[in-house]
Amino acid sequence: MEKLLKKRNGKIKLTLRGKEAIAGYLFALPALIGFFCFFLPMVIESVSFSLHNMEVTADGYVLTPAAKGGLEHYIRAFTIDPEFNQMLLEAIKNMCINVPLIIIFSFFAANLLNQKFAGRAIARSIFFFPVILTSGIVLGLESSDLLVQAASEAEMNSDEIASFLNMARFLREYTNLPAGVIGFLSNAVNGIYDIIIASGVQILIFLAGLQSISSSLYEASNMEGATGWENFWKITFPMISPLILVNSIYTIIDTFTNETNEMMSAIKTTIFSDVKYGYGSAMAWIYFLAIGVIVLIVGGLISRKVFYYDER
Amino acid sequence: MEKMKKRHRRMTPARVANGTWKVIRGVIIIGICFIILQPLFFKMSAAVMSETDLYDSSVKYIPKNFTLDNFKMAIKGMELKTTMLRTFLLSGGVSVLQLMACLLTAYGFARFRFPGRKLLFGCILFTMIVPPQIIMLPMFMFYRFFDLLGIPSAVSGSSVNLINTAWPYVIQAVTCTGFKNGLYIYMLRQFFKGMPRELDEAAFVDGCGKFRTFVQIMLPSAVPMMITVFLFGFVWQWTDNFYASLYLPTTKVMATSLGSLAASVYSQYESFGGSMNFISPGFASMMNNTGVIITILPLIVLYLICQRHFIEGIERSGIVG
Repeated sequence: MEKLLKKRNGKIKLTLRGKEAIAGYLFALPALIGFFCFFLPMVIESVSFSLHNMEVTADGYVLTPAAKGGLEHYIRAFTIDPEFNQMLLEAIKNMCINVPLIIIFSFFAANLLNQKFAGRAIARSIFFFPVILTSGIVLGLESSDLLVQAASEAEMNSDEIASFLNMARFLREYTNLPAGVIGFLSNAVNGIYDIIIASGVQILIFLAGLQSISSSLYEASNMEGATGWENFWKITFPMISPLILVNSIYTIIDTFTNETNEMMSAIKTTIFSDVKYGYGSAMAWIYFLAIGVIVLIVGGLISRKVFYYDER
Repeated sequence: MEKMKKRHRRMTPARVANGTWKVIRGVIIIGICFIILQPLFFKMSAAVMSETDLYDSSVKYIPKNFTLDNFKMAIKGMELKTTMLRTFLLSGGVSVLQLMACLLTAYGFARFRFPGRKLLFGCILFTMIVPPQIIMLPMFMFYRFFDLLGIPSAVSGSSVNLINTAWPYVIQAVTCTGFKNGLYIYMLRQFFKGMPRELDEAAFVDGCGKFRTFVQIMLPSAVPMMITVFLFGFVWQWTDNFYASLYLPTTKVMATSLGSLAASVYSQYESFGGSMNFISPGFASMMNNTGVIITILPLIVLYLICQRHFIEGIERSGIVG
């Protein structure tokens, strides 16, 4: 780091670098205030709630330390609550299935949308449309709506489609893939709608990445006689790999914090309907730590393979 | 020329493969578009059906008894005029404020070197990873017993209750702690990083201050990106019912009134001259579909207006850098 201050004529003055630093802090001020005055204290408070029992009084609240050295709520979540472990595992399992599918689909879709064809502008607007459709209450209503569910089930059950869609049975009969792979594939086919509507932002990020790859790379490789297939694996894929990392992490967080996620609604009910503040906070923190560990593992694994064009 | 044309028509294997791919691509794209739009068509048709059509299995998409009663009931049940105006002001205000705050922050992180920059940017990204649900209780408590730096209690003797006001939203927007603000800062920072430094330097040589450079040189070229962030912020705010149910428990905004639409129409049902003993699932679902259509209609209009800039913004964002 260069010097921020200098001495001239016995007075301490800012150097050019020092002025730049001050300007930087000033510009970033909104977020810095937000983080240190609002966000961080709230995070700390939330941890302390999870270690205490809380009583709400007329003008404030009283905290008393929870039993077992403050860890009562955490212990209870793992050993006493019959549903917590199951919900946690379920959430992790769903994530493991959905995240790769969403990434693959959105990468594929972004590649499609990046090609030239008639009606591309319309197709793009429709592909980004789920960003609107899947936000907040609209998605929440969708998943609880009886009629929509009934309709989609009816479609699935009508004869012609069923025989086509019942891929699991088909695969089991005609191939000898392991059961896990068959389950994964049939999940992908049956959940195609959920996957498509969860991919809006990811497609967007991938598309932006594809657009920013310099066309001179492709020109040079075409000149050398490379095929489209080679171009894809040798140019597109490495250049886009940092975004696979970004998208994976975004998707993991998005699926975990989704409105329709059972765990999230369980935490909300525990806190606001059952009025168990301490226990709800403990549940939330266990859940967040689980997310954090998964994000770290996935991030670590992917970032080892990520290729950076110019190291900065 | 003549020769060229002839060669153009010849069926080489590469040409066949290319044509086949075009057909397959078309089918895939149309299929995906259909999957995305189908629920919307379904909702549209359910919204203009009468309830008897709903149970009639011969009715698929085209209703036998076309009616606009659902819309009338839903509009009344949602108190549409006031609710929509309120939501519009709230969403518009919040997204403009957070856009400004995020722009400033993003520019600061993109252009200036200062001690601890990487760590602080890590902190910003951290806010993106922590789901708001985790800190919702402290957030509620903070604004319920609002006492920033002890000023309110020094003035009026006790803490102030900011629940059911727009203040929590404003404070969150101005300090970049609102919904997905980390993502916006990240997107904007990537954009500003991609702007050539020569621009700043030229402005500096011409005696332009740092803030003025930002406003007069950086912002005009960031317009597509700003529209993108504004659109995201507006849409997510419009349909958000997490913060709405937390901060505005008794004030109706679009998202919360949509959630309770079937129940509130049911309670007013007699004023429509009908009688109902219970909320049938079909009726609830019809109301939901109608409500969703009403709710997302303004968003679709906004999306179509911004669409060109939106896609341009994405193309130029260069998030990859």
